[in-house]
Amino acid sequence: MYLWTRNHFSGVGSASLVVLIGAGIVFSLLAIGLSRFLVKPTWSRQKLEPYECGVPTIGKTWIQYNVGYYLFALMFLIFEVELVFLFPWAVVVKQLGMVALIEAAVFLFILFLGFLYAHRQGALKWM
Amino acid sequence: MISLEFILQSVDRWLRDRLGHEVAVAVEYVLVGLFVILFFAVLGLVLVFMERKVSAWMQVRLGPNRVGPGGTLQTLADTIKLVSKEGLTPAGADRFLFNLAPVLMIVVSMLLLAPIAFARNVQLWDINIGVLYVSAISSVSVLAVLIAGWSSNNKYSLLGAMRSGAQIVSYELSAGLSVLTIVVLSGSLQVSQIIEAQQTGWWLFRGHVPVLVAMIIYLIAVTAETNRAPFDLAEAESELTAGFHTEYSGMRFALFFLAEYANVFVASAIGAILFLGGWMPLHLGNWDAFNRIMDWIPSSIWFFAKTFFFIFVIMWFRWTFPRLRIDQLLELEWKYLLPLGIVNLLVATTIAVAGWYF
Repeated sequence: MYLWTRNHFSGVGSASLVVLIGAGIVFSLLAIGLSRFLVKPTWSRQKLEPYECGVPTIGKTWIQYNVGYYLFALMFLIFEVELVFLFPWAVVVKQLGMVALIEAAVFLFILFLGFLYAHRQGALKWM
Repeated sequence: MISLEFILQSVDRWLRDRLGHEVAVAVEYVLVGLFVILFFAVLGLVLVFMERKVSAWMQVRLGPNRVGPGGTLQTLADTIKLVSKEGLTPAGADRFLFNLAPVLMIVVSMLLLAPIAFARNVQLWDINIGVLYVSAISSVSVLAVLIAGWSSNNKYSLLGAMRSGAQIVSYELSAGLSVLTIVVLSGSLQVSQIIEAQQTGWWLFRGHVPVLVAMIIYLIAVTAETNRAPFDLAEAESELTAGFHTEYSGMRFALFFLAEYANVFVASAIGAILFLGGWMPLHLGNWDAFNRIMDWIPSSIWFFAKTFFFIFVIMWFRWTFPRLRIDQLLELEWKYLLPLGIVNLLVATTIAVAGWYF
């Protein structure tokens, strides 16, 4: 089958993305639409309130507050970029041999120093 | 011997003989779409049933056993119940984003099916950066979770979504590092080539300790990424009622539920491909007779057996470990798993470069 054999993936493969996105949208709309078609909606004010275990909600939800995971997100960014750098390296490291390995080790060591610094500064402490 | 590849090729030839090339390709696209939708529905039913049976088995009880033979139709009955429930949108919610989130979640987990090899030569898209594609697409699901939590106008949802964001994002690093270990050994990001590299034996057996460590890290990381216990802080029911999907009901809740199980399946399938050779049968060096016998078992059975083994292990985790606190969770990742993953990657690379693996 055109779509399945590995020799033709370059042109047809990306079409499978369209197929999958389409299938996902059709599937979820079908599921939601079916239940909307079957269910007769009822209305009451209490039903539409935010569910907070029966207690009326106090104040707005969309306020400013201390996220506490913010520093983790920053740290994540650094290491994610490192990971992106490592992906092409990982493909060719077997051919390049020891030199590439040592270079990556130096790269990781420098990053690790930064990690240690962040750790000493308390970036990994909770709140 | 009838294999999945043979069936697909016959269907293709049959269509092409009757419809001509262009129409046949169009029909095949539609068929693939329908097949994926069907696969998703069946996957949801099977995995939810499996989860309940495994839980029951771990707790020495029977589990679902009334609806249908051995309770097999229980999840179908649950689905009918969920369809007949009204899908509420709470008063203060952002309607557009609230409705978008479950659809996005499903689309993302469907996109993840593209590079998975279900059997020999059966793969939707053998993209040459397959493994990178998986980690790129799977991180989009964080957006769906954040959108769901933010748009619900509920404090539990918002907190759950924020936790989930921090958690998924953190554990992605460990998952990426353990995937890299295998990429280094196979020398390719393409799924088919990674599998072919395991012709003479799976990486788990050939790669010494580093691959074993990578597999354990991978399992921990994907358990956290798919928000499953003991890392299910995003929807910890005893703290946040249901986390980011507190306000979702009816079919939209079901879509979140389904996407979670689909993600477990995809994560296990990728794990099976990387560490246990995907559809590759168990081969032992030059034991020719043994290898022949193993080749007799269809490749799709090998793939699904390995995948369901990983799914079983992930379900097993749930009943073995208590839930972590959010600070313990982040500490585990940043202070233990990440440094261990980096060291492990370097050790594995040394082994790969020096050619010390079998």
